[in-house]
Amino acid sequence: MTLEEIARRYAIAGDDLLAWVGQDWLRPARGGAEPEFDECDVARVELICELRRDLAVDDAAVPVVLSLLDQLYATRRLLRGVGAALSDIPEPARGEVLRRLEAMLERY
Amino acid sequence: MDDPYTTLGVSREATQDQIKSAYRKLARKFHPDLNPGNKQAEEKFKKISAAYDLLSDAAQRARFDAGEIDAAGAERQRRAWRTHAEGPDGARYSGGFRFGDDADDILSELLRRRTQGRQAWGFGFGGFGGSGEESGMRGQDAQYVLSISLPEAALGATKRIALPNGRSLDVKVPAGTTEGTVLRLKGQGGAGAGGGASGDALIEVKIEPHPVFSRDGDNITMTLPVTLAEAVLGAKVTVTTLDGKVALSVPPGSNSGTVLRLKGKGVRARGGHGDLLVTLSVVLPERPDPELEAFLRKWAAAHPYDVRGKLEQAS
Repeated sequence: MTLEEIARRYAIAGDDLLAWVGQDWLRPARGGAEPEFDECDVARVELICELRRDLAVDDAAVPVVLSLLDQLYATRRLLRGVGAALSDIPEPARGEVLRRLEAMLERY
Repeated sequence: MDDPYTTLGVSREATQDQIKSAYRKLARKFHPDLNPGNKQAEEKFKKISAAYDLLSDAAQRARFDAGEIDAAGAERQRRAWRTHAEGPDGARYSGGFRFGDDADDILSELLRRRTQGRQAWGFGFGGFGGSGEESGMRGQDAQYVLSISLPEAALGATKRIALPNGRSLDVKVPAGTTEGTVLRLKGQGGAGAGGGASGDALIEVKIEPHPVFSRDGDNITMTLPVTLAEAVLGAKVTVTTLDGKVALSVPPGSNSGTVLRLKGKGVRARGGHGDLLVTLSVVLPERPDPELEAFLRKWAAAHPYDVRGKLEQAS
């Protein structure tokens, strides 16, 4: 989607959208002259809209929330990768790792 | 569907503002993108937002209150950010993550490999998302050696190194740097390929030996020559330290090997400055002096003292 399409659909000023891109809240592909928003970018626009409108997160706090969310999802992605890698490890190493993880979780 | 007033926890007489504020409070708590993997939060948020969609519109709310419509409104269609954030296309937003500088940390190692664009770990599609292909090849790290003086290492300095390509690089050497320390300048290495990040410049620090100062941890040591008279009678002498001259009191009766401490004149360490340890060395006049010899002959006969007794005992 183009910037104009998104601005219209979500009732956001085009300048605001550009500012969001400028502040790195959004990272659309920049193939041609116009930034091109894919599904993922659109979902992020919705998230930002919800943060600002529904959750009343003010503009100073939006980047804080986004940064924490990005870190959260990066960590989840990493953990998934670790999980996937772990499931490929043959026994008995896998069982040992799982036992240690369980022991660690029990301590918390 | 539950009663929307109950869902939002407001009375039927609540004002639009109260409804909005109740919704915000609940949404902040249960927003599914803020609670990834939490099914309960997701279900709860669906109910909250459906209730709010109904009640936030004054006309709809009036129709609901009048019994003209029921609560089974259309559920809001959401493109959940989280489904993208954890998928392959969300990787571009995940940026750099840090697990601390613990080099032994297996996760750090794993991440380092990943950001270097290698696929050695082979996480599948949807697992790790951003793969080497997507982020391009990271540039090579460039290695340099930087020689600095001991005072520069102790107090910190900014040094310029010339790069093979004609550019130069200002390197900030922190105070208290030790021999062999590797300073990393992010993005100052080789250029990346296919949109990949540049490599880092890795600068290994070598510290040149100093004619006067040596280093012992955070302390600096030096040997200070004093005359016989200064050693016997005491004196105020000027000492050149790492950062300027200071006056040092040599107490009367100081010996060769006596160590005097100048507090805070050592290495500028993070937890406080080290000291300068000054070892005195008594130096006789360069040429034999007949007057001194005559005096000592007379003096020694009257004041014998044993300086080697302990050596005899030990051997």
